[in-house]
Amino acid sequence: MQTVRVNGQTHSIDVDPDTPLLWVLRDILGLNGTKFGCGIAQCGVCTIHLDGHPVRACNLPVGMIGERSVTTIEGLDSADPIVHAVKKAWTDLDVVQCGYCQPGQVMAAVGLLKTVPDPTDEQIDSAMSGNMCRCGTYMRIRKAIHLAAGETA
Amino acid sequence: MSHHTVSRSCFALALLAGTSLFSTSYAAPASSLERGEYLARAADCEACHTAPGGAPFAGGRAFNVPGIGVIYSPNITPDPEHGIGRWTDDEFVKSVRDGVSPSWKHLYPAMPYPAYSRMSVDEVKDMRAWLATVPKSANGVPANQVKFPFSIRTLMVGWNLLNGPASSYPDDPQKSPEWNRGRYLVEGPGHCADCHSPRTMTFGLSKSQAFAGNVVNGQRAYNITSDKNSGLGTWTDQALSDYLATGHADGHGTASGDMAEVISYSLRHLKPEDIHAMIVYLRDVKPQSSSDGAAPVRQPTSGDSSLPQQTNGAKLFASACSGCHLPDGSGRQSAFASIAGARSLSADNGRNLLHVIMNGSTLMTDKGNQPMPAFSGGNYSQKDLNDIAAFVMTHFTEATPSEHAFSEFAKKPD
Amino acid sequence: MTRMPLTTRRAALFGGGGLLLATLWPSASPRASTGMLVENATAPFAPNAYIRIMPDNSITLILPNIEMGQGIYTSSVMLIAEELCVDLAQIEIEAAPPGSAEITGGSMSIMTEWKPLREAGAAARTVLIQTAATRWGVPPASCTAASGVVTHTTSGRTFTFGELATDAAKLPLPKEPTLKAASDYSLIGKSQHRVDSAIKVNGTAVFGIDINIPDQKIGTVSASPVIGGTLRSLDRDAAMAVRGVVAVLVNEPRDAVCVVGDHYWAAHKGLQALRPVWNENDNAHVSTQTIYDQLHDGLKGPAIIPSPKGDADAVIAKSHATYSAVYQQPMLAHATMEPINCTAHVRPDGCDVWVGTQVADRAQETAADVTGLPKEKIAVHSQYIGGGFGRRLEHEYITQCVQFAKQTNYPLKIVWSREEDITRDRYRPAYVDEVTAGLDEKGHVTAMKHRIVGPAVVARWDPPELTKDGYDEDLSVATLITPYTYDAYRLEFARREAPGVITAWWRGVGGTRGLFVVENFIDELALKAGVDPVAYRRELAKENARAVAVLDRVAKDSGWNDPVPKGRARGVALQFAFGSYMATVAEIEMPTPDTVIIHRVTAAVDCGQVVNPDQVISQIEGGLIFGFSAALYNEITLEHGRVQENNFNTWRVMRMNEAPRRIDVHLIASTEDPGGIGEVGTAAAAPALANAMASAQGHRYRTLPLLSSRNQEKETAR
Repeated sequence: MQTVRVNGQTHSIDVDPDTPLLWVLRDILGLNGTKFGCGIAQCGVCTIHLDGHPVRACNLPVGMIGERSVTTIEGLDSADPIVHAVKKAWTDLDVVQCGYCQPGQVMAAVGLLKTVPDPTDEQIDSAMSGNMCRCGTYMRIRKAIHLAAGETA
Repeated sequence: MSHHTVSRSCFALALLAGTSLFSTSYAAPASSLERGEYLARAADCEACHTAPGGAPFAGGRAFNVPGIGVIYSPNITPDPEHGIGRWTDDEFVKSVRDGVSPSWKHLYPAMPYPAYSRMSVDEVKDMRAWLATVPKSANGVPANQVKFPFSIRTLMVGWNLLNGPASSYPDDPQKSPEWNRGRYLVEGPGHCADCHSPRTMTFGLSKSQAFAGNVVNGQRAYNITSDKNSGLGTWTDQALSDYLATGHADGHGTASGDMAEVISYSLRHLKPEDIHAMIVYLRDVKPQSSSDGAAPVRQPTSGDSSLPQQTNGAKLFASACSGCHLPDGSGRQSAFASIAGARSLSADNGRNLLHVIMNGSTLMTDKGNQPMPAFSGGNYSQKDLNDIAAFVMTHFTEATPSEHAFSEFAKKPD
Repeated sequence: MTRMPLTTRRAALFGGGGLLLATLWPSASPRASTGMLVENATAPFAPNAYIRIMPDNSITLILPNIEMGQGIYTSSVMLIAEELCVDLAQIEIEAAPPGSAEITGGSMSIMTEWKPLREAGAAARTVLIQTAATRWGVPPASCTAASGVVTHTTSGRTFTFGELATDAAKLPLPKEPTLKAASDYSLIGKSQHRVDSAIKVNGTAVFGIDINIPDQKIGTVSASPVIGGTLRSLDRDAAMAVRGVVAVLVNEPRDAVCVVGDHYWAAHKGLQALRPVWNENDNAHVSTQTIYDQLHDGLKGPAIIPSPKGDADAVIAKSHATYSAVYQQPMLAHATMEPINCTAHVRPDGCDVWVGTQVADRAQETAADVTGLPKEKIAVHSQYIGGGFGRRLEHEYITQCVQFAKQTNYPLKIVWSREEDITRDRYRPAYVDEVTAGLDEKGHVTAMKHRIVGPAVVARWDPPELTKDGYDEDLSVATLITPYTYDAYRLEFARREAPGVITAWWRGVGGTRGLFVVENFIDELALKAGVDPVAYRRELAKENARAVAVLDRVAKDSGWNDPVPKGRARGVALQFAFGSYMATVAEIEMPTPDTVIIHRVTAAVDCGQVVNPDQVISQIEGGLIFGFSAALYNEITLEHGRVQENNFNTWRVMRMNEAPRRIDVHLIASTEDPGGIGEVGTAAAAPALANAMASAQGHRYRTLPLLSSRNQEKETAR
């Protein structure tokens, strides 16, 4: 039995400790906003927050999480000014195309702005390049992060 | 099955004294099956006798032995046709301890029988007993491709005279029981020297340079003598024990490549007291200086946004590496993804660093596998991978990357 | 109306044969406000396949093309809403079921739906106004519609559409409703926010992989790594021993196995333990080199010659000089962000399929085929697609899913691992092209000859579309059909089907493959003539005003005639494909011969009447990046019949820090019928970049991927 705290709620889950958090979220807790892309932490579509820091859920064994708390795209606090600004910038600029990677992009962007409120292009590239987008929405992601940073400044 | 452990004097003494059981022979009075399994793990049979993705112990893993050829590990499951189901216990013992398989075929020293001969006959029979319980596999193994003159197996008789098993290994009464137990594990089933000692002209293990490091399968098996600069002299007991028992020690990174396999299949299954005994023994190994040491480390800035984006290597690190390792190497996903302080970040011109980037690695833990993907063989060019290695060396250490060294490391074995 | 195949419809754009509209329709669908599935309610007013109006004035639009990122839900809604006179905020959307869903591909959606969707809206609006006018006893001309309300202009009386719905349904629909004049558009041509933005940002959009049906189990699949292989053995006990595994399934052709679990991880571990072994065939001997050798071999010998103009051979023979070059392009995977998946529930009396597909009708047909159920018993529920790029024009994964699901009494969701997704993809084929030009004293083209060696994708995908002599008209895009005019021209096609792989459509199809060759070659000719590449193209395209306009515009916007910043180089490409014109300039830097920094890309686009300008720009930006990714890095290779690239560690995707620093897209105002846009940017990427790299390094880049070592061996043209 594994215990994990997700979006403020503690769950006891009957899976092996090696089960990646991603599948606990998606297939057991029904939180499908966190996506599956590669399973080897190369694409970032499964990005969640572990104690507020962006982490890939696809190769994070649930047995290694311990007391740390998990936040998924569903659990982002919309009252948080950074979360609000990021979501608004994303829709204002119509960043999304197919949208599959975007929950992960949003999680990474919120994580970035929490640590660097007004990032440069270079800082955005450094923090966001682990998050792939096959549709190629990078130009707008960059722009949206700057926009969100401006709104929370 | 009624093989009994030979009680050696120190074991008996320990029992009498009621102290912890460090002994050259297996201590726990468990069943022969349990002892056999423990020794099979300590001897790391599974890693070599399992092909990538294949059934455990079913053999077929290729060993490219420089200058000799390609040797495939045999199937040692109890399958009567393809495995060793028909072997007698004595035949098994002769193979493991003397390197001579049934019908007097001499084994190549890819099989570490000189080391295994430190195990007693009864211990080896226990291993056999346990191996007889693993699932049978009908996996057929390809024929060895060995170059002349090594294709003449009887030549091994001569090799054995030079480099082969000694006749007996009495405990050193001047040393502690831990030390003797450690020597047994390190020199015997653990066969650490097979990778960590340089080879002589005749491919035997160097005694004078014991544990001073070697290059095996394109990877640097590090100097593990007690030398403070080149060896393990500055590691704390805690770090050594964490590393051997789990594959990771904070400040030393995570085992990769062949060592990750040793941890995965062997060392992580050993009892803490046995890990401790190995450390006691290794601490006493004569210090040897070697030139493959690590460069002084740098402490990079932390945070996802901190990677400079001026070079190809830095960009690739941001996109392909920091997702797990973080810009400061402290590990995003788990402690196992922490690479800060690892010897491989700079040692031996980045040989192991480039190797793990190219070939990946998997470390098994009690909470699942910790995989590092292999980046070669696809759309990343060798230059890209060299650039990543060069960035890592300069970002985390004061080493100076060498393109020439990288191109040597990247060569496929002949 | 009859369904027309994609390629015919594309070809129809360029030649005779008027456009026909497909009619195919679905039942459950995504609703943009919630991202959840809703069942299509029976509406009192359902004048056509696209529009449902309820008495409470809720308006549902049922959209024939599936959303896979291209923004088609938004622009389809805009087209209907423009004429129906409703606000975007009033609308719920659904995806059309088989029977009324269109094939979504080939950048065709706006081209084909431009008129029918507006007509559907206009017809509905006409009868709603008429109903209101009749109730009030006033002439229809004295009434207007806006925001879902009909107003009698003089009295100010109003009815909502909902209040009119039941009566409106009794009136006949006008066959040719009056459409608004372009000057009256309130939505079309003005950027509108995507209807699916919010749900995709907050994670509630439901993609195929997110389907969660009560009692469903999750399976993961391994198919024979060599095409045509069949199962020899597996270790069922080992797989069943994995905790959470509930079944091991083998499909009917015995070319794939599926381990089913309570969750994906159980299925995944079960599949690892299963260790399937396959009987292999001759395909196990195929390597990438086998394929390339066969293609190069096709440069000699007989070929099909579609639509020759003049006697190119004779003109070339008499020309002052000739110039010729050979180009090679690799196989490509789609690697959509959402791995292949499908959910099916097969029962004795029916079958439900939940899937992201570009071909809903084929999904229905294959499910009927596998289950033996009549088509009307198969319900296909189309879901948001996490990237199509042509991959979901295939339906073999739906066939496979139903093959497994018919063995279970629970709904079965199959999810392919990324490794399965890349190694069992159906690939954009490899091609070898040779182009030969006759040149006059000034280096201008007198005649051109272009031989394409490669497969005819359409031959498998839609066999009737292969011409009688074996030509795939998709190959005409950007080769036979260009902005340029030649006195004599001959296209030759030497068909070579690739052994050991299945070839398929890939974003940009013929346009992407053709443009790389032709624009690369034209650039070579310009350099050889000592003429500026933009000026050289301008001369060749002078009879085509729209092409000249985009070229002039991109030259201006990119600063083409200004000095190139130190250390940088520029490359240009001009195209007419998918009914749209575009000119592109890439400005790059190559710090080493192995690394490319794309500083800036400038594009000028004339895609006719623009529906949603910001989304056109978005498609160009994304299409370029998708194209750059392939152009720089991507190649599928085979060894022993097995695909070697298998995940994002070996199949490289362009990341944010490699993307251009800046992309500027200018849209030329136009009232021409709309052209397609989803693949336009992708086609431009490789040639613009290759020409810039050639300028930077002083040698040509005739092989893709551009960073391939094959381009380092400096090529000398014959």
